[in-house]
Amino acid sequence: MSQGQYLAAAYLVVFVVVLAYVLIIATKLVRLQRDVAAIAELVAEREPPAELRAEPESPRPQVTLG
Amino acid sequence: MWSRNNVVTALAALAAALVGVAIALIFFWIPDDADQGISQKIFYFHVPIALTAYACFGWGALKAFLHLWRRPSGADLESYVAIHQGVIFGILTLVTGSIWARASWGVWWAWSSTQLVLFLVLFLFYSAYFMLRFSVEPGPARANLCAVYALFGVVLIPISFLAIRLANDFIHPTVFTSEGPQMEGSMFFAFCVAWAAMLALAAALYHVELAGKRLDTTLRELRERLA
Amino acid sequence: MNGYARDVAVLARKDVLLELRARDALPALLLFVVAALVVFHFALPADAAELAAKGMLWVAILFTALLGLGRAFLAERQQSMLDGLLLAPCDRSAIWLAKTAATVVFLGAAELVALPAFALFFSALDWQTVAAVLLANVGICAVGTLVAAMALASRARELLLPLLFLPLAIPVLVGGVGASVADDPGRYLGFLALYDCVFAIISWASFEYVVTE
Repeated sequence: MSQGQYLAAAYLVVFVVVLAYVLIIATKLVRLQRDVAAIAELVAEREPPAELRAEPESPRPQVTLG
Repeated sequence: MWSRNNVVTALAALAAALVGVAIALIFFWIPDDADQGISQKIFYFHVPIALTAYACFGWGALKAFLHLWRRPSGADLESYVAIHQGVIFGILTLVTGSIWARASWGVWWAWSSTQLVLFLVLFLFYSAYFMLRFSVEPGPARANLCAVYALFGVVLIPISFLAIRLANDFIHPTVFTSEGPQMEGSMFFAFCVAWAAMLALAAALYHVELAGKRLDTTLRELRERLA
Repeated sequence: MNGYARDVAVLARKDVLLELRARDALPALLLFVVAALVVFHFALPADAAELAAKGMLWVAILFTALLGLGRAFLAERQQSMLDGLLLAPCDRSAIWLAKTAATVVFLGAAELVALPAFALFFSALDWQTVAAVLLANVGICAVGTLVAAMALASRARELLLPLLFLPLAIPVLVGGVGASVADDPGRYLGFLALYDCVFAIISWASFEYVVTE
């Protein structure tokens, strides 16, 4: 291998490792999206009883005039 | 939350910009090295990666110390992620250093290279960190153990460095010429840019991984509360 | 300070007496170190230098220490004595100091057998090797006791202890072999002393965090 090829190999390794990291993050993102969807479903199932209690809890900004 | 996401984006953009500038400088601006030729340019990434690995281990030890001292709730996770980054950059150091050794001296491994041997020892040490972390149940006990181990690691770095230097006297008399070339102004500037680029890259990866792990924890808590 | 020293003495004495009465670990350690030296004789080819044998002595000491450290907290673990010890009104670091002192005694006993055996099998010993062994003992036992306590908490403690211990023991090995082999042992003995001081202090200071939540 020529000197230039060794140089290219070294920089290529760094590049590939960073790209591998991106790949791992992308996989994790897909998994997180799936988890969030599952939790959104759980929340949707429990929505009706929560709605009845929601009213007093949500803060209403007091609007004063004058 | 907004400001945290912005940090990640900003760091990633900064890292991309710096890496681009660094590579441009390395390949188009600075002169070739007189005796080693073009393969000397590996040095401009190899040494910054090594220094960044040290920085990651140091940051991990700092977070570990903070965890033991003040007990902020996120410090253990931050220490773990920092050490994870340090190991990734450490492996990169070993691989790029090995390629550079092959290009310069014809051998894939040189026991006389203090930096390579030190990183090998540190790689062994911090790999054991992960063995420790994953064989103990999650909880405050595990956080304490890992914090103490991370602090031992940062103490081990200078002691190992001394040990390896001492060992070279009686193990290998053949010493290759030293790695750090005499840098003139332009080379030093390119080196600093490359170093900043590697630090920015490590910081960006650190924040990305930390955000991911924090999301994991939040999601798990949410699921527990809903189930 | 007086109370602290007394706690350490009591705990160390307990460990040593337990071992002297049970007599299960110490004979095994002595036999192991001699067996290791015999194995190393067969592992060294005919024209291996005498210096290589000196290196092997240190390997034998290191692995004997590992064997002993694997059982350092055995009594506490089997009879759940560690919780009892932690409830005792003594400084946690006193537990570390006592356990380290006891391990030094056991390792020293093994070396009392190993060094003459080495002189018999391989080559005569000089004062620098003995000095290095004495200094290295402290470092090995200091770090080893802390790491053994760490491994206690894990599921795979017998596997984890060597993994945690060996990278930390590399400087000790370098210092010891260097002192045995080099012309001027002063530097290596000084380095061993430095290692002992630094790691004894941080082991002493951090033991409490290792055993508590």
